[in-house]
Amino acid sequence: MHSLPSHLKIIAALAFILIVVSTPVTQWPAFIAYFIWLLTVVLIAKIPVSLLLKRSLIEIPFVFFAILMPFFGSGEKVQVGPFDLYREGLIAGSGIVVKGTLGVMTAIILSTSTTAREILRGLERLKLPMLMVQIASFMLRYVNVVNDEMERMKVARESRGFEATGIKHWKVLATAAGALFIRSYERGERVHLSMLSRGYEGVLPQEHQYKINGSTWLAAMVYPLVAALIFVAQLLIGKM
Amino acid sequence: MNTPSLEIKELAFAYPDGNQALYGVNLSVQQGERVALLGPNGAGKTTLVMHMNGIHPTSHGSIHVAGQLVDSKNKESIKEIRAKVGIVFQDPDDQLFMPTVGEDVAFGPYNMGKRGADLDSIVDDALNLVGMLEFKDRPPHHLSFGQRRRVAVATVLAMKPEILVLDEPSSNLDPASRRELADILRSLDITMVMVTHDLPYAYELCARSVILKGGVIVADGSTHEILTNSALLAANRLELPVGFSIK
Repeated sequence: MHSLPSHLKIIAALAFILIVVSTPVTQWPAFIAYFIWLLTVVLIAKIPVSLLLKRSLIEIPFVFFAILMPFFGSGEKVQVGPFDLYREGLIAGSGIVVKGTLGVMTAIILSTSTTAREILRGLERLKLPMLMVQIASFMLRYVNVVNDEMERMKVARESRGFEATGIKHWKVLATAAGALFIRSYERGERVHLSMLSRGYEGVLPQEHQYKINGSTWLAAMVYPLVAALIFVAQLLIGKM
Repeated sequence: MNTPSLEIKELAFAYPDGNQALYGVNLSVQQGERVALLGPNGAGKTTLVMHMNGIHPTSHGSIHVAGQLVDSKNKESIKEIRAKVGIVFQDPDDQLFMPTVGEDVAFGPYNMGKRGADLDSIVDDALNLVGMLEFKDRPPHHLSFGQRRRVAVATVLAMKPEILVLDEPSSNLDPASRRELADILRSLDITMVMVTHDLPYAYELCARSVILKGGVIVADGSTHEILTNSALLAANRLELPVGFSIK
């Protein structure tokens, strides 16, 4: 799975998320099936579950309001444990949490089984505008450089007895951020000069397109296909 | 006599803000020569380098690289010039902008129209010359500073330049990296202009030195002659390290 072409993996992840999002949240058995399938894929990909859970924490700020939704609203109320919750809010809120979690976990599977560089290559093969791919790839290259620079500035500040403790130090931090921006901007210019010196004319080297056979496609698409089956099954059961 | 690799005549340049950096520079570098370009900070060394491949347009005077006029208005010719003049910038992080070492070395030859197996062998050869072939698939930020400097040299060598221009090649290198780079540079059969403050390095690598000060060439001769002329060095804010002497 780690060796599948990255653009197929991106398509597969997107397709899976689309299917999950279009399943009505009231069909809760379908979501249990999605979760079981997702965990199976995690196990196949040999991604440590602890890593999956740790990275999933990124979701919390996004679902925070979804968790509040059942507490505010109008209409019918239901008793859940000690809480008196609104039915509409409960359904909408749980929909966001469940679908959000599935989406985030899918993204985590993609990002742990694919290097950032490969994801960029995949996006390039999916014909994302060159400019966006270039910007993202420069970000990837220079995030460490800028980070180191920031770290050095921080050490230099602290070496002269500065400690950011409150709002009165924001001015210093803002000045430092400004200096970092100027430095990065100047670096951008120097990088551009060095690119021009080696004949840059607006296009970064592109890989040759390569052919992908049917079985690779199939292997990559198993992930959304199983989800599609679950989706169809819940439709049929819903009709009965 | 052969056509010189680099021929600069009466080159003058003022920045748009009116600050004049060069006042008529004359310099001729023969094929295969290694020349150190010395001078204090603010002498115009970097400005001069930026003229050599047409990044700064020539406003007064002329520059020829292997007989070809550097004319930044002529798009086709400037492309050839930039392939002929390989500049190694001072900060390797400015030069290594691609995600992996191999892709970065491929950047220049790709822009010159090389593709496929041809491109691959050029990349391998260039990395081999600087002893960095095994790092081909690594991202640049995983390398040490000295390794990045060597890769920066390879990115330029891959373009098979007529003349290699190095801006402060020994800066920020530890003694071993400094020596390794010297060994690599000495092994290359190529015309070289080396901008530096590191006088022992110039002495080690370049038979000839020129001093640029205040936008003009004030001395041009054998490195030995120049570095043993203490009055000349002092007048140009150049100093040999303490304890270093040339007989």
